[in-house]
Amino acid sequence: MITYLLKRLLEMIPTLFGITIISFFIIQLAPGKPTDVLADLNPKMTPEARERLTKYYNLDKPIHVQYLMWLKRVAKLDFGDSFSTDRRPVWTKIKERLSITILINSLALVLIFAIAIPIGVSSAVHQYSLYDKITTMLVFIGFAIPTFWLALLLMILFGVNLHWLPVSGLKSLGYENLSIMGKIWDSVSHLILPVTLEAFGGLAGISRYMRSNMLEVIRQDYITTARAKGLSERKVIYKHALRNALLPVITLLGLSIPGLIGGSVIFENIFGIPGMGQLFYQSVMMRDYPVIMGILTIGAILTLLGNMLADIGYALTDPRIRAR
Amino acid sequence: MYRTSHIAYRILHILLPFITFLITAANCAKIDKEANAAQLTNNSTAPAAYGDTLVEGTIGEPSVLIPMLAGDSASQNVASLVINGLVKYDKDLTLVGDLAESWDISKNGLVITFYLKKGVKWTDGVEFTADDVMFGYKTIINEKTPTAYSEDYKQVKKAEVIDRYTFRITYEKPFAPALGSWGNLIVLPKHLLEGKDITKSELGRHPIGMGRFKFLKWTPGQDVVLEANPGYFEGRPYIDRYIYRVIPDPATMFLELKAGGIDWMGLTPIQYTRQANTAYLEKNFKKYRYPVPAYTYMGLNLCLRRETKTGKCIEKHPWFGDKRVRQAIAYAIDKHEIVDGVLFGLGSPATGPYVPNTWPYNPNVKKYDYNPEKAKELLADAGWKDTGIELPHWLPSLFGRMLKWAGWNIKDGVLDKDGRSFEFTILTNQGNTVRINTAVIIQRRLEAVGIKINVRILEWSTFINEFIDKRRFEAVILGWGLGLDPDQYDIWHSGKTKEKEFNFVSYNNPEVDALLEKGRRTFDMEERKKAYFRIHEILAEELPYIFLYVPDATPIVHARFQGIDPAPLIGMGYNIDKWYVPAGQQKHKITQ
Amino acid sequence: MTVSSQQSEVRSLKYIFWRRFKKNRLAVFGGVIVFILFTVAILAPFIAPHGPDVIDVKHVLEPPSLQHPFGTDDLGRDILSRVIYGSRISLAVGFVAVGIATIAGIIFGALSGYYGRWTDTVIMRFVDIMLAIPTFFLILAVIAMLEPGIWNIMIVIGLTSWMGVARLVRAEFLSLKEREFVLAARALGASDFRIIFRHILPNAMSPVLVSAVLGIAGAVLVESALSFLGIGVQPPTASWGNILTIGKDNIEIAWWISVFPGIAIFITVLAYNLLGEGIRDSIDPRLKI
Repeated sequence: MITYLLKRLLEMIPTLFGITIISFFIIQLAPGKPTDVLADLNPKMTPEARERLTKYYNLDKPIHVQYLMWLKRVAKLDFGDSFSTDRRPVWTKIKERLSITILINSLALVLIFAIAIPIGVSSAVHQYSLYDKITTMLVFIGFAIPTFWLALLLMILFGVNLHWLPVSGLKSLGYENLSIMGKIWDSVSHLILPVTLEAFGGLAGISRYMRSNMLEVIRQDYITTARAKGLSERKVIYKHALRNALLPVITLLGLSIPGLIGGSVIFENIFGIPGMGQLFYQSVMMRDYPVIMGILTIGAILTLLGNMLADIGYALTDPRIRAR
Repeated sequence: MYRTSHIAYRILHILLPFITFLITAANCAKIDKEANAAQLTNNSTAPAAYGDTLVEGTIGEPSVLIPMLAGDSASQNVASLVINGLVKYDKDLTLVGDLAESWDISKNGLVITFYLKKGVKWTDGVEFTADDVMFGYKTIINEKTPTAYSEDYKQVKKAEVIDRYTFRITYEKPFAPALGSWGNLIVLPKHLLEGKDITKSELGRHPIGMGRFKFLKWTPGQDVVLEANPGYFEGRPYIDRYIYRVIPDPATMFLELKAGGIDWMGLTPIQYTRQANTAYLEKNFKKYRYPVPAYTYMGLNLCLRRETKTGKCIEKHPWFGDKRVRQAIAYAIDKHEIVDGVLFGLGSPATGPYVPNTWPYNPNVKKYDYNPEKAKELLADAGWKDTGIELPHWLPSLFGRMLKWAGWNIKDGVLDKDGRSFEFTILTNQGNTVRINTAVIIQRRLEAVGIKINVRILEWSTFINEFIDKRRFEAVILGWGLGLDPDQYDIWHSGKTKEKEFNFVSYNNPEVDALLEKGRRTFDMEERKKAYFRIHEILAEELPYIFLYVPDATPIVHARFQGIDPAPLIGMGYNIDKWYVPAGQQKHKITQ
Repeated sequence: MTVSSQQSEVRSLKYIFWRRFKKNRLAVFGGVIVFILFTVAILAPFIAPHGPDVIDVKHVLEPPSLQHPFGTDDLGRDILSRVIYGSRISLAVGFVAVGIATIAGIIFGALSGYYGRWTDTVIMRFVDIMLAIPTFFLILAVIAMLEPGIWNIMIVIGLTSWMGVARLVRAEFLSLKEREFVLAARALGASDFRIIFRHILPNAMSPVLVSAVLGIAGAVLVESALSFLGIGVQPPTASWGNILTIGKDNIEIAWWISVFPGIAIFITVLAYNLLGEGIRDSIDPRLKI
C-alpha cells in the first residue's frame, strides 16, 4: 500500500509542475507586452501596473528564466502584492479566506456522498421501478437547473419569507453572546444553504454514476454465484455488490473537487461568504492579476490534495492494494 | 404526437412546483419574527437610553482608515466616526467648532487662530493637542504622502503652534474655503506616527481616534466594528456599537435588511419606490429622502493627446472638442426620461455643476430640452453626416456589417466624417444599476441621431485608477459628491489636469479659470455668488460634461432608532451620537 | 460487392438506431425541444413581439400581460423578446464552444490513442493537469486577462472542456487501432493521417457525438453563470444569464424577470441532456460517458 501511495505521489509531481506551467502561461496573456510599443495606449493595462508585473514576473528576461524565478517564489507561497488599494501580500489575503472555502467544500462533498450513494444504490437495486424512474427524472432536473438560480429562489424562500435561515454572511450579529449550542446553530444555519447548493450540482452526477456502477456489479458472475449460494438478497447487495460498486466512486470524489471549488465563486458571491471564491471574483473584476494567479495555483493544489486523499481512501478500501 | 404532448405534460408537472413556489415566494405574507418590533411607535417621546447596536450596510469595503489617505467614501464614512476635525458643519450648514473650542479670523481674513478644547484624549489615553494638528498639516503637504487632498493646505503660508491648545495659520492670499478645510483630514496622532511611514502604519487598519466611536475590529470582507467611546468629549453616544457591514451587492443587502441583518442602508431608486413599501417594512423601518450635494454626468474626453508630465492638452479631441457636438449630444438625451425611468422621480435633471436650492445655483442657464432634430442639425453643422454606399433594403444587415468591416463606407444610419464612423464607448462602474441603466438609455437615444455607443462596465477601483486617472476613455458616466463650499477649482481649473487630478476631461477656459480664482479669493458673499453664477452659465453653454441628474439620498433605517433628524444636503449621519433606541425596544445586548 | 454489403450494414445500424431512438420518448422530446430552440433562435426577429433593446420607461417592471407575455424589466424592455434573442447567444455559445472542445479533443485523443508511448503519456498527463485546475477558475482567469464578451467566452469554454472528449477518443482508438480494417489499410500503405481520419475516426464518432450533445448543455450552463456574474455576455445584449442579473435585483417584486429566463435555461439544458442520453442509449446502452 505504501508503495502504491508513493507511486501516486510521484505521479503527482509532474502534474504539479504542469499546473504551474499553465498558470504561468495564463499570466502571459495579460495585455500589453513589455516589447509592445503600443503598451502606452493600451487601455487595459497601465504602465505602472505593467511595471509591477514585469518586476514580479521578470517579464524582461527570457521565458524559461521567468518561469524558474517565478516557480521559486511560488514554492515559498510568495505571489507578490495585491494590486488593490490595500497592497497586501497575496498569500495573506488568500490565507485569511482559505479555511472557510475548504470547510464549505468539504461539507458539500460529505453531503453529496451521503445522499448520492444511497440514491444510486437503491435505484439500481430497484431498477425500472417507480422509485427508479422518479430518481432518474430528478437527476435530469438536477442536471438542468442552473444552481445559481435555485440559490436565489431558496434565499428568498428560507431567508426572507420564512425567516428560517439567514440570508448571507457567516455569523449573526450577537454571535459572541450566544451559548455554545446557540453558536453552533448559528454557524450551521448560515452554512445550510451554501453547502446544500454547492452539493446540489454534484448530486445528480454522482448518484447516476453510482447507479450505473451498481447495475454493472449486480450483473457480474460472482453476484449470481452469491445468490446461487443462497445468501440473502440483503447480504448479496450490501456485502458483496456495494463494496465493489463503491470503489470507483472514491476516485470520482477526487474528480469532483475542481467543480466544487469552481462553484465557490458563484455561491460565495450570492451568499456573501468571505471565502476564496469571493476574493477571486473581486480580483477578476479588478484585474488584480497577482491575486488571480495566486488563487488559480492554490485552487489547483487543493484539487491535487483532494485527489491524494481520494487515493488514500482507495488504497484503504481496495483489498488488492491494501494487501500489497 | 400524442406521445410528445404526453411527455410535455409530465415535464410540466415537474416544472409546476417550482413556478408556484416562486410565486408564493414573491407574494406570501411576511412572517413577523421580531414581536416587540411590532409595537414600535415612530414618535420620539420614548426616553433616550444607552445600548443596542446599529448595523449599516455598505457596498464597498473601506480601504484605509486614515482620512487623508482614503479616496473612497466607505473609508471616509468609518473614519469620520473615529476621528474628528477642528470644525464641522452643523445641521443648518454653518461651521461650528468640533475639536476647536473657538477661533479668531483676522480682519483681512488671512490669519486663523484655533483655540482647541482642553482635555480631549485619544482613545489610548494621550491628550490631543495643537502638535497633532501641526503634525497632520505637515504630513498632508508632504510630497511623499499619497493624498488627493493637499491642495487646500498648500494655500497656507505659515502654520504655528502657539501653545499646547492654540494653533495659528496664515494664508498668503484670501482663501474663502479656508475655515471649512480644517476638518478631520489634518488630525493625526503625532505620538503614534512621528518618524514612521504613514502608508505602512498599522493605524490604517486599526485606527486610534478621539471621536464618537472607537475602533474595535475589522474582519476583511465582512465588517468593521466600532464601539461607543466612553470618554468622548461631548458625552458617549447612546448606541453601544456601530457595525459597518460589507455586502457587495445591493439586492442581497436589501434582503439582509428584511431578514434583520442590517438596520440602515441606502436604497436604490427602484428599492425605494417599488420594493420598500411592504407592510413589514413600513411598520419596522423608516424611509428618508433628502437632497444631497451631488450630481451625475457624462464626461466627454475633450483632449486627444496630452503632455505626459503636466497633462496639458496638445491636441483637442476631433469630436468632443467641438462644442456643437457636445450640445448635440445634450439635445439628443432626454434627461426627464432618465429621471423618471431610472431614478423613479427621486431627483431632478442637472443643469450645471451646482445643485438646486444652494446659493451658487443659477436657475437661469441654458437648458437642453430633448430635441433630436436640433441635435441632428448641430451634428450636420459640425460635419457629421451619414454618407457612403446605400445598400438595398433586402440585403441582410450582416452583409453591410461585413462590407464595413472590410473598410467600405456604408450608409448605415451611423454618422461619419473624414471616413470615420461616430462610434464611441461609455464607461461606467459596476454595481450601480442607476448608472448602467442611464448608459443604456443614452445608448438608445444617441443611436436615434446616428451615434453608435458601446457600454462597458468596470469595477470601481479599476475604473478610477486605470481609466479616469490615466485619461483612457472617450466618455464616462460618473458622479461628483460635492463639498458644501462651492469652490470647484480642482474640477474645472485648466491647471488641474495632471495624472490623478480631477480635471480629467481637460476642460480649458481662461474665463472660468479667472472666475474660479476670484470666487475663492474673496469673503464677500455677493462677489462669490456672482462668480459662481457665471461659472454655472458658462459650463451650461459649453458643456464640458453632459450634466445628467441630481439624485436624492434615499436611506432606510430601522424604526427602533430615535433621534434621527435628517437635513437637506448634510444628511443624517451628523448626529449619530444622539441616536438611541428606547430601553424596551433594544435588539442587541452586549455582555462582556 | 464488399462496398454494398458495408452499405447495407450501415443502413441496418442506422435502422436499429432509429428504432431504439423513437422508442425513447424522453429523447424524442429532447430532440423536438432542441429543434424548436433552433427555429426560435433563427427566426428571432420574426417571432419576437418587440425589439430586444427597445426601452420604454413608462412601462417598467410590468407583470405579464397580453402586450408583454413575459412582463417587462427595469427599463421597460420586453422579457419575452429578450428571452427569444437570448436563445441565439445560448445556441451560439453552446455550438461554438463545444465545436472547439470537440475538435481539440479529437486531435489530442486521436494522437494519444493512435501513437501511444510517449505521445500518449505527454497528452494524458496534460489532460490530468487540465482536469486538476478548477475549470471555472481557469475560465475566469483567462477572461480577466482578455475581455468579457461573447467570442472570448466561447473560445475559453471550448479550450477548457476538451479533456473528456480526448479521453473518449483515445479509448476508442486504443480498441480500434488493432482491428483488421486498420491493419489492412496500413498494409495497403495508407498514411497515418488517412488512417486516423478516414478509417478509425468515423468508427469512433458515436461517443464523441453523445458527449458533444451533453457538452452543449454544460456550455449553456457555464455561459449563463458567467453572464449572471457580469463577466459573460455584456449588457445591454440580451442573454439569459444577464436577464437573471436584473431579475435578482428585483426578485421580490418582479418574479417574471427571474422565472422565464431561468426556465429557458432549464428547458434547454434538459433538452440537450435528454437528447444526448437518448442518442447514447440508442447507439449502445452500455456506453459509458
